[in-house]
Amino acid sequence: MTTAPADPIIKQDRVPPSEPPAPAAKRSTVARRLIPFGYLSPTIVLIALLMIVPIVMVISYSFRDNVIVQENSVFAGLANYTEVLTDPDFLAAIKNTGIFITVSMVAHLLLGLGFAMMLNSPLLGNVTKSLFRVVYVLPWLFTIAVIAVIWRLLLDPSGVVNYVLNALGLIDQGVDWLGSPSTALWVVTFANIWSGYPFFMISLLAGLQGIPGELYEAASVDGASPWRKFVHVTLPQLRPVIISMAVLDLIWTSQQFALIWMMTGGGPLNSTEMLSTFTYKLAFSEYEFATASASAVIVLLLTMILAFFYVRQQRER
Amino acid sequence: MAARSTRLRRFTAIAAAVGLTAVMGACGGGSDEASSDGTVTLEFAQWWAPELPSGSFDKIINDFQTANPTIKVKLLSAPYASTKQQLVTGAASKTLPDVVGLDGAWVNDFAKQGAIADMSKLMTDAGYDASQLASQVQVEGKTYMVPVVNFVYPLFVNQDLLTKAGVSKVPSTRTEFADAAKKISATGGNVKGWALPLDTAVPNGIQNDVMSWLWASGGSMLADGKPALQTPQVKSVVEYVKSLNDAGVIAPGSLTMKEQDKVEKFTTGQVGMVVDSLAHINLVKKNNPDLKFTVAPIPAEDGYTGKRGIPYASWGIGVANSSEHKAEAFKLVQFLMDAKANAELATLANGFPGNKTAKPDFTDSDPLFKQAFDIYSEGTPANEFVGLPKSEDLMRSFDEQLQLVLTGKGSVDDALAKSQENWSSVIE
Repeated sequence: MTTAPADPIIKQDRVPPSEPPAPAAKRSTVARRLIPFGYLSPTIVLIALLMIVPIVMVISYSFRDNVIVQENSVFAGLANYTEVLTDPDFLAAIKNTGIFITVSMVAHLLLGLGFAMMLNSPLLGNVTKSLFRVVYVLPWLFTIAVIAVIWRLLLDPSGVVNYVLNALGLIDQGVDWLGSPSTALWVVTFANIWSGYPFFMISLLAGLQGIPGELYEAASVDGASPWRKFVHVTLPQLRPVIISMAVLDLIWTSQQFALIWMMTGGGPLNSTEMLSTFTYKLAFSEYEFATASASAVIVLLLTMILAFFYVRQQRER
Repeated sequence: MAARSTRLRRFTAIAAAVGLTAVMGACGGGSDEASSDGTVTLEFAQWWAPELPSGSFDKIINDFQTANPTIKVKLLSAPYASTKQQLVTGAASKTLPDVVGLDGAWVNDFAKQGAIADMSKLMTDAGYDASQLASQVQVEGKTYMVPVVNFVYPLFVNQDLLTKAGVSKVPSTRTEFADAAKKISATGGNVKGWALPLDTAVPNGIQNDVMSWLWASGGSMLADGKPALQTPQVKSVVEYVKSLNDAGVIAPGSLTMKEQDKVEKFTTGQVGMVVDSLAHINLVKKNNPDLKFTVAPIPAEDGYTGKRGIPYASWGIGVANSSEHKAEAFKLVQFLMDAKANAELATLANGFPGNKTAKPDFTDSDPLFKQAFDIYSEGTPANEFVGLPKSEDLMRSFDEQLQLVLTGKGSVDDALAKSQENWSSVIE
């Protein structure tokens, strides 16, 4: 048994551990270690200024009373949280937000997957696929303000939707889609589904195009039906994309404010009140910034639960 | 190679530091500037310039700068909603621009935060004669806002629909209005007599389209500055609105209808009558030049003979408490309230001047403006929400109760009692 001799060059450079480094060398080492932070400092400062400071301020506001509107606010403990959590409007907002984000996410997934599979189908020619791809992605290109205005006009009691339904004999008189508490939530959810499914479609289409054809060929050799191929090849291959998209969609949709605000303002009779609109009203209508901060922190915590699952899923990948 | 790499690193580090400094510099910066030659720069945040003909407000400000060579004005112009949010944030952080455009609905909250200055004192210091002002918005006896231009909300009436419905006279009383609304609704199609926007995102329908009926009959929703909603007068208004709803004369979709929807429905002839801002006359005529309509006072209770209140909204002006140049800021206020400049601004805005002696020029305006000015002059500007704390919230809570009444989920008495309770917790 032989031992390879140590590299003489490396040996020369090596400093005995018992000897402290020379001051100049130490400074050089510290400087070298700090250089990356120097490059990162603009980003670090911006993140601190734009994210950490506001979040910390909102959290601190949530434990005080009369913040912002009075110079000498006082510590209020959990009073703001108690007030928010016992407010029937907040509980209604949680329920509405839960329905809104869950239905939106499921519909985004089903529609996105359906259209993506259609666009990935070998049964359609390239020109047809391109045409449909453009048509299907259109809703995603509109800004939220335009989407809100379009759907408000279409769903007006004297609008196109009622005209068509009336012409088809499905309704006798104009339905007040947005003005009726029984339909308003479903209508704004529908508008959100319409505006958001293309992102799912594009992501899932990319996922579908990444599935190796050999898997389908092997399944065909085994005599698998199209349904079994879908269940045992397509879905397992798309699983990481589907889970990521679903969790992200829940997070994004829970933050939807502009669409709700411009379509219904949370009404009628709070039937479309969401956590976002509830918090906004507290802050900018009632000027209850402390209570609004408590509500915002609760929303942050709920969102962090979703973010936790997203991060865990990403780590597993 | 190593030296080049080091130089590159140093250059990158310096560039990063410069960039950071620039970013930090952009984040900072104050509104109060006084140059070495004594010139003061005032910041003036408002939503007026975007609503005026392009460049016209800059011209007025240039006239001010010519008359006051040591004062420069930097206009911070944005739409109404953006201006409001910026001012709410600025008031909270005590970084309001020197001069601020104000809506009467914001004044109480800003004044109580100490964000806007006591203008009574500024007027006294400047030796200003306040008797020429048409109105002042006060909180606890001190003036915090001066209305520069007022926009009234008369009744718009589609004359073609009125004629088609067989109504020969523009309604002047509640009974006549209900009768006309029923007859217009009976003409068929999607046409209705009246539009009532009750969207809760911007609940000013309560002020313009509901409480206006109260003020038109000399009523009040306050007594000694406190809420007084359980009075026969307020109750009669809510019952009247409910009766119109029950009669099916209100355009559908009112619970989420916005002001712009109301204007659109009137413009397209889907609604016969609306209470609307005079500022929309040109918009209506531009979008439907063939529409034959007129303006009239809001109908009053049968038998009422007193002066009719007519709702109004204002472009108000105030001075930031944090401004280091309050005297210069008040000079700008004085200039805009001067009879000549005020008349010019009112004419451009299609509004009525905040200076009693200013005479707007109706020569090139639609004749309806002159007609509305006569209504305004004969009646009383009325808007009890001006100067109240959290006025938008007050409107919203009343709005929600009214929606319960209109959907049959609550009685008028319960709605008024609940509103009284809500308002009392805000107006102490």
